[in-house]
Amino acid sequence: MWERAKSILIKEFKQIFRDPRMKTIIFISPLIQIILFGYAANKDINYVPTAIFDRDNTKESRDFLRDFTYSKYFVPKYYITEEKEQNHVLDKGLASIVIRMDRGFGRNVKAGKDATVQLAYDGTDSNTAMVVMGYANTIVQNYQYRLMKEEAWERGGIGDAPYVDLRDRAWFNGNLISRNYYLPGVIATIVTMMSLLLSAMAIVKEKEIGTMEQLIVSPLKPLELILGKLLPFGLIALVQIVLVTVLGVLWFHVPLRGNLLLLLFATCIYLFTTLGIGLFISTVSSTQQEAMMSVFLVYLPTVLLSGFAYPIANMPAIIQNFTYINPLRYFMVIIRGIFLKGVGIDILWPEILPLALIGLVVITLSSLQFGKKMG
Amino acid sequence: MNNAPEIAVSVRELEKRFGDFTAVNKVTFDVRQGEIFGFLGPNGAGKSTTIRMLCGIYAPTSGSGTVGGFDIIREQNLIKEHIGYMSQKFSLYDDLTVEENIDFYSGIYKIPAQERQARKEEVIRLANLEDFRHRPTKIISGGWKQRLALGCALIHHPQMLFLDEPTSGVDPITRANFWAIIKDLAGKGVTIFVTTHYMDEAENCNRMVLIYHGTIIAMGTPEEMKTKFMKSDVVEIVLAEAQNWIDDLGRLDVIKEAALFGSNIHAVVYEAEKAIPAITAYLSGRGAEVGEIRKIMPSLEDVFVSAIENYDKAHEKS
Repeated sequence: MWERAKSILIKEFKQIFRDPRMKTIIFISPLIQIILFGYAANKDINYVPTAIFDRDNTKESRDFLRDFTYSKYFVPKYYITEEKEQNHVLDKGLASIVIRMDRGFGRNVKAGKDATVQLAYDGTDSNTAMVVMGYANTIVQNYQYRLMKEEAWERGGIGDAPYVDLRDRAWFNGNLISRNYYLPGVIATIVTMMSLLLSAMAIVKEKEIGTMEQLIVSPLKPLELILGKLLPFGLIALVQIVLVTVLGVLWFHVPLRGNLLLLLFATCIYLFTTLGIGLFISTVSSTQQEAMMSVFLVYLPTVLLSGFAYPIANMPAIIQNFTYINPLRYFMVIIRGIFLKGVGIDILWPEILPLALIGLVVITLSSLQFGKKMG
Repeated sequence: MNNAPEIAVSVRELEKRFGDFTAVNKVTFDVRQGEIFGFLGPNGAGKSTTIRMLCGIYAPTSGSGTVGGFDIIREQNLIKEHIGYMSQKFSLYDDLTVEENIDFYSGIYKIPAQERQARKEEVIRLANLEDFRHRPTKIISGGWKQRLALGCALIHHPQMLFLDEPTSGVDPITRANFWAIIKDLAGKGVTIFVTTHYMDEAENCNRMVLIYHGTIIAMGTPEEMKTKFMKSDVVEIVLAEAQNWIDDLGRLDVIKEAALFGSNIHAVVYEAEKAIPAITAYLSGRGAEVGEIRKIMPSLEDVFVSAIENYDKAHEKS
């Protein structure tokens, strides 16, 4: 069995490495993707463009505003002088937040009375607005705390006002760099796309150029053909994951805390599912174009329902049930666990096990389907 | 080896339907070992479907058959070890070199390592590609590709060779060369099963069937075909300016059909003995310069056209 599979395998490698377009797709496009995503998949919010509308213009109001502008989060982009401008800057997207201070702020603060500040957010990107709101709240709280301390001091320094000091610390991603979270996921999607695409082309390409018929009349067994076809793509996918991992670690400083070998092992198991699905697509398609369409049809929901960008826990229960048959769901947890948490197989086996099970089912079904077609 | 010709392919009531469409309608025939067996018919007659059932690409809807003594339904895997197959869609990888293509099929057919080099040389000699062995297959021309494909199909020295329209789209000289190779192989005892819609190629076959609408409508040696299946005679008329006379001649009672054949006229007649005097009288009475009028042996093309017309007429009536 091995001998015939080896002939196919050698042929596949020769064809891949002789085709410049194929070489680009295999080795250059994952690198481009990881670089693009490395810079683009960044949900950290720094440098919020800020518009300031200071109608009070007292020492107190400038003091308050300084707390904002001295933090690295808020960058004053626009100073509003007239009422009508306030909506204009948000409409045009010149600023994401407008800080408006009405007359009397300074007077009230000095008199020890309640003072108001208005913050208007651009809420189109709800996520960003929430984060910005959080920043602003912290700054306002700190300001308030300082006021209270100063007032206590002026009253004769009889003790500080009580204050709960929150000391928070994020595990696994200490500086909460969103890239660290997204990049391992990007690596998983790259492997998914590549292995699906290559295996989906495997059989249908031979059908299209007419060589499939010649293989069918030969003593070649379906399993030998599958092995000879999928093994090269599996090996290529492993090389790809090493390539993009190295780039992610060296270029973007994504921490790889776990075992690279465990990652490769888990990838091998994951590849059974994607290569199996690709083989199935290749078997039932009659043209390469058809196969390509099917790959995109499969790829999109696979990524959407994997927890790559949208947390599964937030999805409605029915949709959540679907995610359990999605192999990428498990691989996403595994790859993030290995990269960021550095956990081992003792923690990850509840993910690896269902993945292996799905892989077994998929590869068996598509081999049977292929065997039926090949006769 | 037995002296009596053994049966290489035997087919009984073989049928293939695709939905409502019957591609092959219960055909029965035998192919003897070492003969060139032609499977002829117009496009869409069911030739390729039949050859594909014999090679294990399609499963028959009903009927039975054996190839090399193996059952075509249950023992496909054994059949595949013993046959070579080549179709008009050349089975080569364009991006591999000539040698790499050969190596690939060597591996698929598990040629023992010590024999591979010799077999490879054999194929390269057959395809006449000594100077192109390291060139990618896509640069070599159609005729050479076809012979390389044939060589690859023969790499495991099969006892039977199935050729599905092997010469379609190939120039006449390459076709002649190709048939020389086929005859040579048959001389060495390889059974050749070949489909074609080129009726002139049929003369190369030892025996043949004519298939039309999935049904076999004639079967035999070329001689038998010309005598048994041709109910009419063919008369060749040599005369000056034949094209001016053809319509008039077609209207004569003794002539079923008249057609230009080069600068002469071939007329299909009911009975040459009666027709020749009538034609002579008609032409000389009108002052035509008649050279010669004689009965000739019909070509296979004449036979096939006439057999197909008879079939059509019979099926119009029913």
